[in-house]
Amino acid sequence: MRPFSYQRVTDPDMAVQVLSAAAAANNPLTKAAAQPLAGGTTLIDLMKLDVMRPAAIVDINPLSEGWSAVDPGGESLRLGALAKMSDVAAHDEIQRNYPVVANSLKLAASAQLRNMATLGGNVMQRTRCSYFRDVSYENCNKRNPGSGCAAMDGVNRMHAVLGTSDQCIATYPGDFAQALIALDASIEITGRSGTRSMPFAELHKAPGNTPEIETTLQPGELISAFVIPGRWPRSVYLKARDRQSYEFALSSAAVALDVQDGTISDARVALGGVATVPWRAREAEALLKGQRFDDALAQRAADAAFADARGRQHNGFKIALGKRVVARALQQAVTMEI
Amino acid sequence: MTAAAPEPKANMGQPVPRYDAVAKVTGRATYGSDMPLDNPAYAFLVTSAISKGRINSFELDDAKRVRGVIDIVTYQNAPKLKESKLFSNGGYAGTTIQPLKSADVAHDGEIIAVVVAESYEAAREAANRVKVSYTAITPAASFDSPGTTKAAAKGQNGQFKEDPQVGDFAKAFDEAEVKLTASYDTPTQHHNPMELFSTSCVWMGDDLVIYEPSQYVYGLKNGVAEQLGIDADKVRVVNPYVGGGFGSRGSMTPRTAIIAGIARRLNRPIKLVPTRDQGFTIATYRAETRHEIKLGASRDGKLVALRHEGAEVSSRADPYCVGGTKTTTRLYACPNVDSLVSIVRADRNTPGFMRSPPEVPYLFALESAMDELAVKLNMDPVELRRVNDTINEPIGGKPYTSRALMACFDEAAKAFGWAQRSAAPKSMSDGDWLIGYGCAATCYPTQMAPSAARVRLQRDGRTRVEIAGHEIGTGAYTIIAQTASERLGVPLEKVSVFIGDSDLPPAPVAGGSNSTASTCSAVMMVCDQVRQRLFKALMPNESLTDKAKETVGIGQTPTTQAAKSDRPLDLEKAFDALGVGVVEEYGEWKPEGAPLDSFKAMHSGHARLVGGAAMKDKIAYAFGAEFVEVRVNRFTHEIRCPRLVGAFAAGRILNPRTARSQLMGGLIWGMSSALLEATEIDERTARYVNDNFADYLVPVNADVPGVEVILISEQDDHINPAGAKGLGELANVGTNAAICNAIYHATGQRIRKLPVRLENIEV
Repeated sequence: MRPFSYQRVTDPDMAVQVLSAAAAANNPLTKAAAQPLAGGTTLIDLMKLDVMRPAAIVDINPLSEGWSAVDPGGESLRLGALAKMSDVAAHDEIQRNYPVVANSLKLAASAQLRNMATLGGNVMQRTRCSYFRDVSYENCNKRNPGSGCAAMDGVNRMHAVLGTSDQCIATYPGDFAQALIALDASIEITGRSGTRSMPFAELHKAPGNTPEIETTLQPGELISAFVIPGRWPRSVYLKARDRQSYEFALSSAAVALDVQDGTISDARVALGGVATVPWRAREAEALLKGQRFDDALAQRAADAAFADARGRQHNGFKIALGKRVVARALQQAVTMEI
Repeated sequence: MTAAAPEPKANMGQPVPRYDAVAKVTGRATYGSDMPLDNPAYAFLVTSAISKGRINSFELDDAKRVRGVIDIVTYQNAPKLKESKLFSNGGYAGTTIQPLKSADVAHDGEIIAVVVAESYEAAREAANRVKVSYTAITPAASFDSPGTTKAAAKGQNGQFKEDPQVGDFAKAFDEAEVKLTASYDTPTQHHNPMELFSTSCVWMGDDLVIYEPSQYVYGLKNGVAEQLGIDADKVRVVNPYVGGGFGSRGSMTPRTAIIAGIARRLNRPIKLVPTRDQGFTIATYRAETRHEIKLGASRDGKLVALRHEGAEVSSRADPYCVGGTKTTTRLYACPNVDSLVSIVRADRNTPGFMRSPPEVPYLFALESAMDELAVKLNMDPVELRRVNDTINEPIGGKPYTSRALMACFDEAAKAFGWAQRSAAPKSMSDGDWLIGYGCAATCYPTQMAPSAARVRLQRDGRTRVEIAGHEIGTGAYTIIAQTASERLGVPLEKVSVFIGDSDLPPAPVAGGSNSTASTCSAVMMVCDQVRQRLFKALMPNESLTDKAKETVGIGQTPTTQAAKSDRPLDLEKAFDALGVGVVEEYGEWKPEGAPLDSFKAMHSGHARLVGGAAMKDKIAYAFGAEFVEVRVNRFTHEIRCPRLVGAFAAGRILNPRTARSQLMGGLIWGMSSALLEATEIDERTARYVNDNFADYLVPVNADVPGVEVILISEQDDHINPAGAKGLGELANVGTNAAICNAIYHATGQRIRKLPVRLENIEV
C-alpha cells in the first residue's frame, strides 16, 4: 500500500468534480489517480496488494442518503447504487418479484461483506485472477498492458471460457451483474454533464486487445442507480461453487422466464463464473422463446449458451458444468410456484 | 453437561472450561506481535519472484526515498549467520536453505531483502518499491517436472531408518485370491495458522528476547543462539499464546535469526509481521505425495499381502520426508508386507511437519484401498476391518498397549446410522442430491518426550506450575492446571500455570501429539515431590513414597479422594512442621525407553520423542473410526459433507471439553483436506499461485453443519504416568479416505486424488 489522500464528499457534484480533476488522458479508469470509495471491499483489498495505487480516495458514502433508495413499487425496480447488498437481498418485494436479483446478492460473498458492499461497487468489482492480484507476476496484460498473460498457460481453473481474447482470460467475478444483464437493466450515470442513462449491458467491456479497460465509465462518472424494467417473479439464480458459502461461482446462471399457457413467451439467460464480462446468452434465449418447455429444450438452450466457449488446461470443465447449470436453472424456473 | 462439555466417562477428567477462555474472548491474551516494545523499528520482507536462479541487481533508490526507511538488508549487507543443520540431522532448522547468504535463489518466495523502517506502513511501501532484476533458471516444480531426482528415503533422512517388511510379499500377492492395485495422490497443503509468522526481537545488552509463535521455545532459543554464535543462555523465547501451529512452528525458520541479527546491528527492537502470502513460502508446508498400494486377501477378507510404496517431494537442499509406512504396514494383521518410501527433489522450499504428517497422506491411501478391497469382496468395510483387526502388529509381532479400533467403529457406526446404509453405489438420494456413506479407520502414534517442571505450593494452597510447554490452542494451560489440581488436591482456581517461555523448565516440542503425555507426566511427578516433602515433615518415620501415594489430597477438597482417605494430609500442620511458607520442587521426567542423552538433549532443544512403533517390546497408538455422509449434486456435481461422526479412544482423556474441541477441529480439517485444500503450483515457474485465503479454500460454517465426536473410554497403563495418548493429530487422519469412500458410495466413482472437486465427478 502506498500513501494516498482521503476526502469525503457530501454531494454528487463535488464527487464528480474531484474525480474528474484527477483524470488524465489515455489512462484507464482503474488507473485514475482518484478512485471513489464506497464499501471498499475491492478497492482497499487491491490497494493493500499494491495492484491499485490511487493517489486520492474519494469517499462517496455521504451520498448514500440520496443514492441508496430501493423502490420496487412501480412497473420497474429502481435500486440506488449505494444500497447495501444485504439490504437489497433481504427486501421482501425484491425476493417476491425479482428472486434472481435477491438470490444473486444473497449468494455472493459473506454476510460481513454484504453488509459493507454497495450495489454500484459490486458491479465494478475486479477480477479475482491470481496473477492479476499478485504484482510479483510481471505478465498481466490487465495490470501491465502488453506484458503478456501468465494465466493463459498457468493455473487457470477459475478462468473464463467465454468472451476471452489472446490477451486475457480473467473471469468477471460478480453475481448481481448476471441478474442485471438478464433483466435488461439500465444504469444511471452521474457525471460532469448531469445524469444519463445507459443499458447495463454496455457497461463492461470484453478484454479484446485492451484488457486494462474494463468498463465504459469515464473518470469522474459514477453509477448512481440501477433500473430493472418489469417484474420477474419466475426467476432463478443458480450458483455452483467449491464451498457452500463465501465463494465465487465456478459457474452460475441467472434465468428469468415468462410462461403463458405452457409456452415460454419471454426468456432471459445470463452466465456467471465463466465469462470475462457479465454474459447474456441470447442464443439460448432465442431457442427458448415461443416453445413449450421440456428437458430436451433446456439442453439445447444450454448447448447454445456455450457454443462459442473455449476451455484451457484447467477450466475446460466449466463448459459441461455451465451447460448443466443453465439447464437446471431453467428447470427450476419453469417449475417454481409463483 | 452440554455438547461442548461432554459427560466424563470412566478414566476421563472433568470438562472444565478453558483456563484462558476469558483472556482469549476478551482479547487480553497477548500473542507474539501484541507484545509491547520500546521504540521498535518495523521490518517488511521482500521475497523472490522466481524459484531458481540468481539476483542480478537491486534497485533500491526509490525504496530508500520513502520517508522513515532505516535500512534495506540484502545478501550484500546482511548480518553473517552460522548455519544450522536440519532438525532431523541434529540441528534445529526446518530448512537448510539460508536466505540473504548469496545472490542465489533456491525457491519461490525466498526472503531476498528486509526493509526496516520507522513504521509498518513505511516498511511495506518501501518494500513495494524495491525492484529486483533476476536471471531465472527453469525450475523443476514437482513430481512430473524434468530435472527432479528420486531416491530411497532410507539412507538420506536420519529419521527414516527402515522400510518395514515381513514375510514374502511377492509370493503371497501372486497367490492371493483377491487382489487390488491402486495409486493415490495427495496435494501440496499449507497450515495457515491464524496468527501470522511474526517475529519480534529485543536486545538488552548481550541478552536477546524473541517474541514469536513457536511450538518449541527451547528449540528456537538454542537454534537462534547457534546461528548468532552466542550462548543459548543469552536467548529467551516468549510466547504465552500461539495462534495455531499445526506443525508449522515446530522447527526454526530462517527469519528469526535474520531479524535478531538486524536488531543487534541497529541496536533497536524490531518487529516483523509477514503477510499471509509470505507465510506460504517463508515457513514449511505439506508436500505432495504419491502412493501405490497392493493388497492381497483371501475370499473371507483376511489380508495375506500388503505393499505400500510412497513418494514425497522435498527440496534440493533437504531430504525431508514423513514416511508413513511405519504406520500403514502395522495397522492390520497381514503376514506378508513390503514397503518403500522415496524422496523426489525439486526446486521448492523444504517441506515440514503438518498436522499428522505421516498418517494423513499414507492412511488416505491405505484406507481408500481397504474400502476398494471391501467392494471387491462384497463385504461391509467395517467387517473388513474387524476381520483384520489385531492386537499384535505384523512387522515385529509387538503387542499394542491397547487398541480400541473396533469399539470405535461400532460406537461411531451406531451413532451415524451405518445400518441404514443401502450398500450399492448410487442407491441413496434426496432430491437433487446423491447420498453416500463412507468410513475409515484413523490412528496416531502415542509419543512422549522428556520434560521438566517446577511446582510451587503455598501454605494457603495457591499453586504455581511452571513448564515451557505451548498453548497452541489445544488447551495446554487447562489440562496442566487440572493435573496439578488433582495431584495436589488443591482447588483448580488456586492453580496458576506459566508456559510459553524458554526461561521456564524445558518441555518438548508441541508436536507429534506428545504434549499432554509429556508435560502432564512431568507435572504429576513434581507434584508428588511436593507431597513427599510435606508428608515427610509430618510423618518422618513412615514409608514415604507409598504413603504419599495413598494420601491424595493436600487441600482436602471434598471431591477428591482426600476426603475418603483415613489420614489426609493437614497442609497447615505440614508447613508448620517444615517451618516454611512455600514448598517448591523442580523435577525432570523421562518416558520409558528414552535415550541416555535425553535430559541433556531436552535442555539443548532437541526433543527425543519415543513411542509409537519405535518402542522395544510394544507399540502404542490411539485409534478412532470416522463415518461421513456426503452429498453430490446430480446437476452441479457440487460435493457437500453434512455429517461427520467420529469415535476415538486415546487413553485417559484429561478434559473431555478440550479433547472434543481438538477432535472436532480435526474432523473438519480432514473434510477440508479431502474437498477443498490444495496449494496450486504453476508448473512453469514452481511458484504458488493461490497463496491467500480467498483462493486457498478452507471450510466456512455452512460447510460443516454436523460434527459429532464420541469419546471412548479407555485405560492404558503401559504408556506414560498421565495415561494419555495424544489426540491432537488423531481426527484428521481418516477423514480423507472416509470422504472418498462416501463419494464412491454416492456416485459409483472411485477418486484417488485429493482434493476431490466437482470437475472430478462424472455422475
